[in-house]
Amino acid sequence: MTTPAELRQRAEALAAPLPELLAEAEHLAQAVLLGAHGRRRAGMGDEFWQYRPARAGDEARMIDWRRSARSDAHFVREKEWQAAQAVLLWVDEAQSMGFASGPDLPSKADRARLLALAVSVLLIRGGERVALAALGTRPRSSQLQLLRIAQHFTDEVGNEAAEYGAPVIRIMPPHSRALFVSDFLGDLAPVEAQLTRAADRGVKGVLFQVLDPAEEAFPFNGRTIFQSMGGTLRHETLKAGDLRDRYLQRLAARKGQLADLARATGWQYACHHTADSAQSALLWLYGALERRR
Amino acid sequence: MFTVAGIGFTAPWLLVALAALPVLWLLLRAVPPAPVRRRFPGVALLLGLTDDETQTDRTPWWLLLLRMAAVALMILGFAGPVLNPKPEAAGDDGPLLIVIDGTWADARGWPRRINRVGAALDEAGRAGRPVAVVRLTDLPEGDLPFQAAGNWASRLAGLTPAPWQPDAVEPAEWVAGLPDDGFDTFWLSDGLAREGRGALLAAFEAKGSVRVFESPRPVYGLRPARFEAGEIAISASRSRSAAAAVLTLAARGLDPNGVERQLAVAELAFAAGKAEAETALVLPPELRNRVTRFELTGIRSAGAVALTDDALRRREVALIAGRDDREGLELLSPLHYLEQALKPSADLIDGDLLDLLLANPDVIVLADVATISEGEAVPVLDWVEAGGLLLRFAGPKLAASDVSRGQEDPLMPVRLRAGGRTIGGAMSWGEPKALRAFAEGSPFFGLPIPGEVLVSSQVMAQPDPELSERVIATLADGTPLVTRKRIGQGQVVLFHVTANAEWSTLPLSGLFVQMLERLAVSTRPVQPAAEDLAGTVWVAHSVLDAFGAVGDAGDMAGVPGDRLAGAVIGAGMPPGLYASGDRSIALNVMGPETDLAATVWPERIAVEGLAVQRETALKGWLLAAALGLLCLDILASLWLTGRLTRGSRGVVALLALGLLGPRADAQGGDDLALLATSEVVLAHVITGDERVDMVAEAGLRGLSDTLWRRTSIEPSNPIAVDLETDELSFFAFLYWPVTPGQPLPSVEAYAKLNRYLRGGGMILFDTRDADIARFGQASPNGSKLQRLARPMDIPPLEPLPDDHVLTRTFYLLQDFPGRHASRDVWVEASPADAERIEGMPFRNLNDNVTPVVIGGNDWASAWAIDEAGNRMFPVGRGFAGERQRELAMRFGVNLIMHVLTGNYKSDQVHVPALLDRLGQ
Repeated sequence: MTTPAELRQRAEALAAPLPELLAEAEHLAQAVLLGAHGRRRAGMGDEFWQYRPARAGDEARMIDWRRSARSDAHFVREKEWQAAQAVLLWVDEAQSMGFASGPDLPSKADRARLLALAVSVLLIRGGERVALAALGTRPRSSQLQLLRIAQHFTDEVGNEAAEYGAPVIRIMPPHSRALFVSDFLGDLAPVEAQLTRAADRGVKGVLFQVLDPAEEAFPFNGRTIFQSMGGTLRHETLKAGDLRDRYLQRLAARKGQLADLARATGWQYACHHTADSAQSALLWLYGALERRR
Repeated sequence: MFTVAGIGFTAPWLLVALAALPVLWLLLRAVPPAPVRRRFPGVALLLGLTDDETQTDRTPWWLLLLRMAAVALMILGFAGPVLNPKPEAAGDDGPLLIVIDGTWADARGWPRRINRVGAALDEAGRAGRPVAVVRLTDLPEGDLPFQAAGNWASRLAGLTPAPWQPDAVEPAEWVAGLPDDGFDTFWLSDGLAREGRGALLAAFEAKGSVRVFESPRPVYGLRPARFEAGEIAISASRSRSAAAAVLTLAARGLDPNGVERQLAVAELAFAAGKAEAETALVLPPELRNRVTRFELTGIRSAGAVALTDDALRRREVALIAGRDDREGLELLSPLHYLEQALKPSADLIDGDLLDLLLANPDVIVLADVATISEGEAVPVLDWVEAGGLLLRFAGPKLAASDVSRGQEDPLMPVRLRAGGRTIGGAMSWGEPKALRAFAEGSPFFGLPIPGEVLVSSQVMAQPDPELSERVIATLADGTPLVTRKRIGQGQVVLFHVTANAEWSTLPLSGLFVQMLERLAVSTRPVQPAAEDLAGTVWVAHSVLDAFGAVGDAGDMAGVPGDRLAGAVIGAGMPPGLYASGDRSIALNVMGPETDLAATVWPERIAVEGLAVQRETALKGWLLAAALGLLCLDILASLWLTGRLTRGSRGVVALLALGLLGPRADAQGGDDLALLATSEVVLAHVITGDERVDMVAEAGLRGLSDTLWRRTSIEPSNPIAVDLETDELSFFAFLYWPVTPGQPLPSVEAYAKLNRYLRGGGMILFDTRDADIARFGQASPNGSKLQRLARPMDIPPLEPLPDDHVLTRTFYLLQDFPGRHASRDVWVEASPADAERIEGMPFRNLNDNVTPVVIGGNDWASAWAIDEAGNRMFPVGRGFAGERQRELAMRFGVNLIMHVLTGNYKSDQVHVPALLDRLGQ
């Protein structure tokens, strides 16, 4: 039986990192909003888009008289189509994401969560609806949803997590957007299947690969036993340095495969290294999600 | 001992372990280096990749070889390998006597002999034999000092040869009289044949077996130089005459600055088969009189040095007669007998008195010269005071004049009565008088008086209070015949008779020549006979050691003249220069007739050389090599397993650099020049003693700080200067702490130092021992300083006078303490004509910076500060100590001010005069 005091203590410990994470993501998002994007936040669906000459079939109430009075033709004032989008986030939570090659580097999972949360902040501020695949909720556009996502990210990931992650998405509204963040080092078949399913439902999105610099450079020598993060996979070599070229070839092939997959399904693909700036990655993500809008 | 290829093993059974090496090979091969475990998500991409070189799952062959070599080296090392093992001679276990001749002939190869003795001691030490080491020139009293070999080994370095030869009889008697019996003898001979060797050998053989060691190199000896027909003849002898040889003969002496130099060089060529070589040197008299010794260069032995004495020195004697020579009457000439007596041994000059004074002769003889004009008297008096000998003879003119009648003439030793006296003539009573035996204290004491010397006329001395002490020879009735007066450093001697045979037969006798000799008018032409030296006592002035180095005699007891005449050099009378009064005699190892000959040993004695192959234990080297290989193995293993990260690579590279790379020279030529010239820099001389150098550096740092704080001199950090390699001319000031152990600078370094001193540099010599020794007295540092400074061009010194400019260049000081507070600080002597001008507080002293300041107050310790600026050493006690430190600091400030501003402060006393002249 837990006493209320104990419960509260645990809750505090749980909640402690949350505002920080949120704040960091907010900070990142704020920087993007300050850019040349220029999207105003006031009012939904009342944004001016363009004037076009009135065609047959247009209702008279649609004519913008003020504009038409300045010329001989009639103009219709069109507004920007601003139906809120649903964006689905999938962040890989497998053990392989917990890897960081150096003490001053964030783990891949940290970077992936940070980016995902920052994108969520941006989207929700922009009025979009966001859902995290792991939560299994429908896309919502509320601060509460943001809190929920953050809460989920700060939850401890148990040991029962898989060695390598695969996207499992139960609810996928048609024509929504999706963002898959993972290292994509595991089997690609589930990813491919998921992508195909998404493409079938008209979902477009972004494949975002997060890699550690060590995974990109393979700076190992000598006799080495390589183990996966969970310890289930192992590979022993006597001269790790000799494997470097072949490993890099395989990695390049993997990237090519992902890019091909993305191109075939109309998605976008990018690779990000944890040693690089999160800001630039977020900018790219923002642009990638924005462009399709 | 088990021996393979010249290497013996003390534990040969361990070598069996070498057979196990192949097993080790197999074992090691099977164990590959341990792998590194790494977590790496990318392993999914690695699955299925195989290594190219499948054989590397075993240890690589070169690593195996490395390890095998290390193990093999360890086995070999622990087996106790010894290079050049000595086969143990059976039965040698009795006591061992090692005999060294220990003469000057040994000196040349002394280190090799000591080495050989050391080898014999090692051998005896291993065999556990008691050993005694004995020099024949210094026989021990009583029993043989048999001791363990190790005891002797530690005393070997203290053994030195003696500059004389063993007695012909004494050693054999000593051996025969030894109570010990049954010992073996190692005899290290010096290779010279001499009397008594056979008897000594027989005596040793009576006690046990004898082994003789001898160097096959010839022994060279230089005989004293002779003066023959205007040139210096010098000959040398050698003990072995097989091969031709050319030696260099150098004449050394003091130059006008008082610095010893090589004055002349000649070649001495020994033809093959000849044991003798002779050469002749022609030197100008000025140069010849400066020669103090001849030496064969490159041979360190007393035999290769011939000291010179009066025999080579030719005095300049000026002869002046009072009356014109009567033509044709040569025998009546007042100077005839003097010329005859002096010609063989002196250079005679004649002329006008004032002209002669310009030539600065040693002696001026005035034969019957009565009056000396006022204009001449003063320079003559000056010349006498400076050390000249004025020798006057009486005669009719002197007797008739009134010189020195009522009042003593400065250039006469006594007052004279008018007229003189004549005895035993046709018109007078009495017999001509003979001479009374010379009294003790007279320079003629001991000379035999021949009976035929008779005096018929003389001038008479007035009885004065000082007369008795001025008389050095009298007639039988007690009237003075020769009187003498000392003036300054010189003397005036008056013979109360004529210099020719008119008044006495003295000039006709041999006594006349001997008397002139004793007065050092003439000099001894040949080795003096015993009777010439009878009654005199000679004191050693300088002595030679066996290596041919001239040393100070210290306070050795005097030697009676007859022993000196015997010229048998021994413990009480080492070779050297002996002086008595104004005369000096050189006692050399080689006499004029000494021949050197090689020893002849009987057939039964096998003579061995001195070369020795020392046993060398290789264990340490082998183990060190094994350790090195194992270190390499560590690095190689790390590299193989990929654990050699960048950081550790740096460490390895550093290690390799530290081990292999030569130390980078911190002070390149240009760097030093820039460092020393861009700012004022104090410098100290590197002595080689780490602690002294550190203190000197810290001291100069402290002084620099003080200067920075208190004065407008702003020095940068002090620099340590290596005399051999660094340029000195950048520095205005050098601090030179003297340690007994520092090496003497090379000839080039001395040339540099002299250039430095002449160019206005200053050296502060600090013997650092004023607490225990006064300056100039024998302390190790003091004598080292003398040796250091001897080749340097240092002017005459004097204790720092009260009005020296050092007392007021910045602070007004009267004491110059450092850590010790001795008042002995010496600087360049002020010129003799320095005078105090009326109204000036100070004398008008020398116009430049003193090139040296010498003291022993350990100034650097008083100045020294550590890195944090704290004083490093306590000075004195309490407040008085701090006051002393403050004074030390002030002395340093004054010194550097003096170096940099010269006599500026001295000139300031002229300011009133200058202002006056400017009309202010």
